[in-house]
Amino acid sequence: MSGHSTYQPQNPVLKWLETRLPIGGLIHSSFVAYPTPRNLNYWWTFGGILSFMLGVQIITGVVLAMHYTPHVDLAFKSVEGIMRDVNYGWLLRYLHSNGASMFFIAVYIHIFRGMYYGSYKEPREVLWILGVIIYLLMMATGFLGYTLPWGQMSFWGATVITNFFSAIPGVGETIVTWLWGGYAVGNPTLNRFFSLHYLLPFVIAGVVVLHVWALHVVGQNNPAGIEPKSDKDTVPFTPYATVKDGFFMMVFCLFFAWFVFYIPNYLGHADNYIVANPAVTPQHIVPEWYYLPFYAILRAIPDKLLGVLALFGSILILAFLPWLDTSRVRSARYRPLYRQFFWLFVVVCLGLGWLGSKPAEGVYTVIARILTIYYFAHFIIVLPLLGIFEKTKPLPNSISESVLGAKA
Amino acid sequence: MTTVSSAEHTRRDFLYIATGAVGAVGAAAALVPLIAQMNPDASTIAAGAPIDVDISPIAEGQVIKVFWRSKPIFISHRTKKEIQEAQDVNVATLPDPETDAARTKAGHDQWLVVIGICTHLGCIPLAHQGEYDGWFCPCHGSQYDTSGRIRKGPAPKNLALPPYAFLSDTKIRIG
Repeated sequence: MSGHSTYQPQNPVLKWLETRLPIGGLIHSSFVAYPTPRNLNYWWTFGGILSFMLGVQIITGVVLAMHYTPHVDLAFKSVEGIMRDVNYGWLLRYLHSNGASMFFIAVYIHIFRGMYYGSYKEPREVLWILGVIIYLLMMATGFLGYTLPWGQMSFWGATVITNFFSAIPGVGETIVTWLWGGYAVGNPTLNRFFSLHYLLPFVIAGVVVLHVWALHVVGQNNPAGIEPKSDKDTVPFTPYATVKDGFFMMVFCLFFAWFVFYIPNYLGHADNYIVANPAVTPQHIVPEWYYLPFYAILRAIPDKLLGVLALFGSILILAFLPWLDTSRVRSARYRPLYRQFFWLFVVVCLGLGWLGSKPAEGVYTVIARILTIYYFAHFIIVLPLLGIFEKTKPLPNSISESVLGAKA
Repeated sequence: MTTVSSAEHTRRDFLYIATGAVGAVGAAAALVPLIAQMNPDASTIAAGAPIDVDISPIAEGQVIKVFWRSKPIFISHRTKKEIQEAQDVNVATLPDPETDAARTKAGHDQWLVVIGICTHLGCIPLAHQGEYDGWFCPCHGSQYDTSGRIRKGPAPKNLALPPYAFLSDTKIRIG
């Protein structure tokens, strides 16, 4: 990004603006002229998809907030009012609730892409850590948003999650009372959750700006995992990446639309259409699907505090990935042994997710414990050792050579 | 974007323009629900359905206020003097010329039904005040007569008329 900018506006108005606030040049160098590795595949579109989904969630969310009432006596009814009375209210609500699921599907694919191709390795450690921060903020935002309809799952999910903090020795109960604003989850809780749910997406947007900035400073990773060596290895972002991303984003929107228009409640839980009842806990409390793997880890550990620590630890350990993986080779394309462990890890995550939806008893608990141990072992044992002992395949000389063959 | 030296349109140009056009249609379509959701919703519209008012308890000379579609409606049972004052005016001298007959229903000229919102900037005028024996708006001094017509002050138009009809001599339906 250093060096003379190729942006030379002809239009006199744009020239005038450029000398005062070089935003045209910034957009040009970041999204038009920006050198993009020529071998990127569709797994690289998910960053753009995530930005798009953040926009969709903010827009539909702001509009829903015009009709929602954050009071325990009125919240559930106001959501039903949105569904039945507000013009296109049903569409806005389903876009927002399914949009959250799409946001998480995209973020998991985006994270797994990073893990497969070594996008977290030097010099992209800060980029990766910013990503972990964004992920944590997303989980907080999703949790807060799910409490707002004030259904049974909203209420009891809020009770369970806020009770995590009671595991902290000494100050735990004080913290929980402070979070609740009362002696249990109630109106003060709902009101402040609404405020925070409106706030956090804008915090996410700010961290996303840092994330894209960090990306543009070091440049994108690519499927070969070797840095571009010359202009032959890259193409300008516009039109190549713009059009490729535009196409795949449209395909993703079709997938999104399938849920919104044909199966809008499939990913949700029927119990959340029952008004919150502080006296009756549902038989099977489950969080939304995107929290299930962590829910399984929490329940696998028999101790209260250790369970909570394991849950947070399973997310925070991602931040240490750049240092836990000792391999000099970035991309799994050239790491045949790592590739197998990677897919095993994916299966373990899916397995934990499935277990999170099951009751915490019998054989389910046994398997959950095994998979939890494996989850942590992947980071703490497998990755450090693989870097030392793995026999990697020889890397190509350049990106263009890996794409075009030795004729490049 | 690489420049095309010849004036010939390429397939790429067609694809760009076609994609752009479909994208523009999509963007416009996406705006429709976002803008439409701010219009009154079904429950608000339902709450704005016509109301029936029993006017028999209103004494001569009395003005009552009811709400319809969240707007105040003045129902005035006018005295003979008030009706006379309304009908005797030279309509051509009025800032907003309108006959009293046009503002009342035939055979029911003792009943004046108007929307009680000052046509200046929206305050509610006060009954039986002002120089014209009608209404006086305290916000900026507009004065209306016994037919609710503007006589003096900054308001540009007479007090508006809601849609209404007499179901019988003692009941009206507003809306």
